[in-house]
Amino acid sequence: MLSVRHLLGIKDLLKEDIELILHTADNFLDVINRPIKKVPSLRDITIVNLFFENSTRTRLSFELAEKRLSADVINFSATSSSVSKGETLIDTVNNILAMKVDMVVMRHPKPGAAHFLSQHVNAKIINAGDGAHEHPTQALLDAFSIRRKMGTLEGVKVAIVGDILHSRVALSNIFCLKKMGAEVIVCGPPTLIPRNIESIGVRVEHDLKKALMWCDVANMLRIQMERQDINYFPSIREYSMQYGLNKEVLNSLNKEILIMHPGPINRGVEISSELADSNHSIILQQVENGVAVRMAALYLLANRPD
Amino acid sequence: MSPRVILDTDQFQRTLKRLCFQLIENHSAFENTVLVGLQPRGTLLSRCIHQELSQLRGNAPVYGELDTTFFRDDFRIKPLVPSTTSMNFDIEGKKVVIIDDVLFTGRSIRAALDALQHFGRPASVELLVLIDRRLSRHVPIQPDYTGVSVDAIFSEKVALNWNQDATLAEVILKNKES
Repeated sequence: MLSVRHLLGIKDLLKEDIELILHTADNFLDVINRPIKKVPSLRDITIVNLFFENSTRTRLSFELAEKRLSADVINFSATSSSVSKGETLIDTVNNILAMKVDMVVMRHPKPGAAHFLSQHVNAKIINAGDGAHEHPTQALLDAFSIRRKMGTLEGVKVAIVGDILHSRVALSNIFCLKKMGAEVIVCGPPTLIPRNIESIGVRVEHDLKKALMWCDVANMLRIQMERQDINYFPSIREYSMQYGLNKEVLNSLNKEILIMHPGPINRGVEISSELADSNHSIILQQVENGVAVRMAALYLLANRPD
Repeated sequence: MSPRVILDTDQFQRTLKRLCFQLIENHSAFENTVLVGLQPRGTLLSRCIHQELSQLRGNAPVYGELDTTFFRDDFRIKPLVPSTTSMNFDIEGKKVVIIDDVLFTGRSIRAALDALQHFGRPASVELLVLIDRRLSRHVPIQPDYTGVSVDAIFSEKVALNWNQDATLAEVILKNKES
């Protein structure tokens, strides 16, 4: 049984919780590869997907996961709702819960929004990304994808490359990988690496080539233009030359590494098109695994006796 | 009540042989039959049956193991951890024999019938159990092949004790607390 009532961030999880979610996801991956991809486990549960920020993958992935567990699903997007008339977050959610909803999957641009909500409403909350804070299901699916490829997470060397400062994926990934016994390097221009990030147990490397020489897995992150209020580097072209992964860089390593990307990809910036579509990358497997991992998280939380 | 032995090793071996012969009687060549052991505890028995049948007939019938966790109706009551399903075949038009260790309320079998639908439409489904706890069913499900029938009350529990090498040591009836 999970030690937590909500999935707000990887930081709150125990290693055993992560093990349980990954183990359950193995079973769901099997389920979604059968001709009939549905199981009836959550047929009495209603889930609202509350998205205050744009999303393609996460939202579709959650919705598919919910439907494959036979839950009833309602979708909510902030732009077409009364939020624009000035309704508060708690009021919005309580109104939705009054219609007998059991779980809330929420993405919000403010860090801590999911945590705040969990203290004020009586439903189980899954954080689908809160600002630059955490994105727990992405970290779980990344860990799941690495484990399926490498067989284990213990001792695996992972380089997280790119915009670490604005990335919730990076933070959740670091917590998750460290808890599971992997080693992590973060790599990017000094302006995009948070100060004192070493204190959570990662090394910092500013040279992409050195980071890649060291690692087994490279997780390439997108430059989050929408969160950047000032210029952190001279130009996209210059960033791409220093920190973009392409065939020449990969060939110069003389070794095999696994390439991951949480999407959306900015082709030609952090990764070249050629590599993103090559068999070195498991980007589309990550998306497939995402459904299984989210099914596992939803299943375990919904079925957790209170 | 002190624990009572229902089956010891020798008796189990004889019962296992009888069940296998009954299966052979009804399925002769097993060309259209698949055996499905139920996870987690039914598979220890189903592996014994599969092995015994292979020895008796010289070739092994098609065999799979099915986990029914996601189809159960008691998952909100107690935390359930799923086991592995390994069914690398479809059961469209096949005669399926579900194998489980103890038939008690019948709810596991109901879940298994639901789970089986994901692998096709079987021609027929039969049920083989080692221990049939009569008079305790919650749903109208009865076995087609029974090792031993036991009359036990709800405060009692049937326990199968397996050895390290996956052979059965004994089946005992005991109080739930003990």
